[in-house]
Amino acid sequence: MLTKRIIPCLDIKDGRTVKGTNFIDLRDAGDPVELGALYAKQGADELVFLDITATHEKRKTLSELVNKIAHHINIPFTVGGGISSVEDVYILLQNGADKISVNTSAFKRPELIRELEKDFGSQCVVLAIDTKQEEDGEWYVYLNGGRVKTDIKCFDWAKQGVDLGAGEILLTSMDHDGTKAGFALEITKLLAENLSVPVIASGGGGKTEHFKDVFNKANADAALAASIFHFKEIDIPELKQYLHLQHINVRL
Amino acid sequence: MKLVIIKYNAGNIQSVLYALERIGASALVTDDTEEIGKADKIIFPGVGEASSAMKYLTERKLDKVICNLQQPVLGICLGMQLMCSYSEENNTPCLNIFNETVKHFTAPPQSGIKVPQIGWNNIYHLKTNVFQEIKENSFAYFVHGYYANLGEHTIATTHYIQPYSAALHKKNFYGVQFHPEKSADIGEQILKNFLTL
Repeated sequence: MLTKRIIPCLDIKDGRTVKGTNFIDLRDAGDPVELGALYAKQGADELVFLDITATHEKRKTLSELVNKIAHHINIPFTVGGGISSVEDVYILLQNGADKISVNTSAFKRPELIRELEKDFGSQCVVLAIDTKQEEDGEWYVYLNGGRVKTDIKCFDWAKQGVDLGAGEILLTSMDHDGTKAGFALEITKLLAENLSVPVIASGGGGKTEHFKDVFNKANADAALAASIFHFKEIDIPELKQYLHLQHINVRL
Repeated sequence: MKLVIIKYNAGNIQSVLYALERIGASALVTDDTEEIGKADKIIFPGVGEASSAMKYLTERKLDKVICNLQQPVLGICLGMQLMCSYSEENNTPCLNIFNETVKHFTAPPQSGIKVPQIGWNNIYHLKTNVFQEIKENSFAYFVHGYYANLGEHTIATTHYIQPYSAALHKKNFYGVQFHPEKSADIGEQILKNFLTL
């Protein structure tokens, strides 16, 4: 039986793993190569590596770092941050990435998703969406690491992304990110139950119960978290053991 | 031992190379028919689309070369599917090493089951030395929208929508639908087992 996935995310700035609250106030969380290898050993199901400064400072993801990490881990590995062309993706795959994630650049030029799907297959293309619930109760897409609001609803963009060829959706709720108060169940459920591709829930995982809820109540296919793993607040083997006892199918 | 990875227009070659490196092996990546013929063992990887991959192989006469290999060959994911007789993916005639048709997963309406399958799933009813020391129901990493049925060549089974072939074997040819290069320690053991066949 296909399992639910637990995915540690390594947010990278200047070659170090960092983590902030609500997308600001970054704290150092260690060497990404060491962390990546440790998580793989502990039973993480995949890794996500996001160069969070890439779009902002118009830098390309550090492919050398990706290469170093890829040598040390034996589980699937997604890389994102500043990817805006087929050429960018080619370089990352050459350095050992299995999938790539696109965010702002795909929103600005949706055709990018189709181009990537055509050259590398949809299994390779993860559409990352940062979203926030506004006063009207609707969830909207945000760009540039959460700095720029758009008028497009999260579900509409996710649906369009899947139609263009995205193979997975990585959904981050900016309202929940870094709060450790639980995942955004409502919007995760809307996407997970209405899209034909897997949805990775991100933002807000702080306790083991939150992971149970995002799988049981929101039907997420995978859950992603960063700081709670980096700062050893939740240990991956313990989390998976807990989920197993809650009758959620995980890889032990 | 001379190990060759067949180079063609399908991804994941780099991941396979790194996985081999982690278990202390090195491989030559080539589409040169002579080099492939001289190898002791051959890995036929692949992530991609069937018809364009078959076109690439046929244009370089690699299709005939692969079918005539006498050495152990390991097809991975699309590599395994191309070793079957036919793929529903763009109605593609394949290498016909395994007498199986590759079909598209069809999720029952309202089931909420996603296609392609992405993630970790159990492998069971394990046969042959490729699965030596691998426990029944071990987890392997899968990414695929098409599958081969169970049949006479099945040496491992997985269940997604229905039971299907997670691995196939005939004479010197082995194929795995999952990605051993991304299946943690289990995957590395399977690669080691192939290298010591």
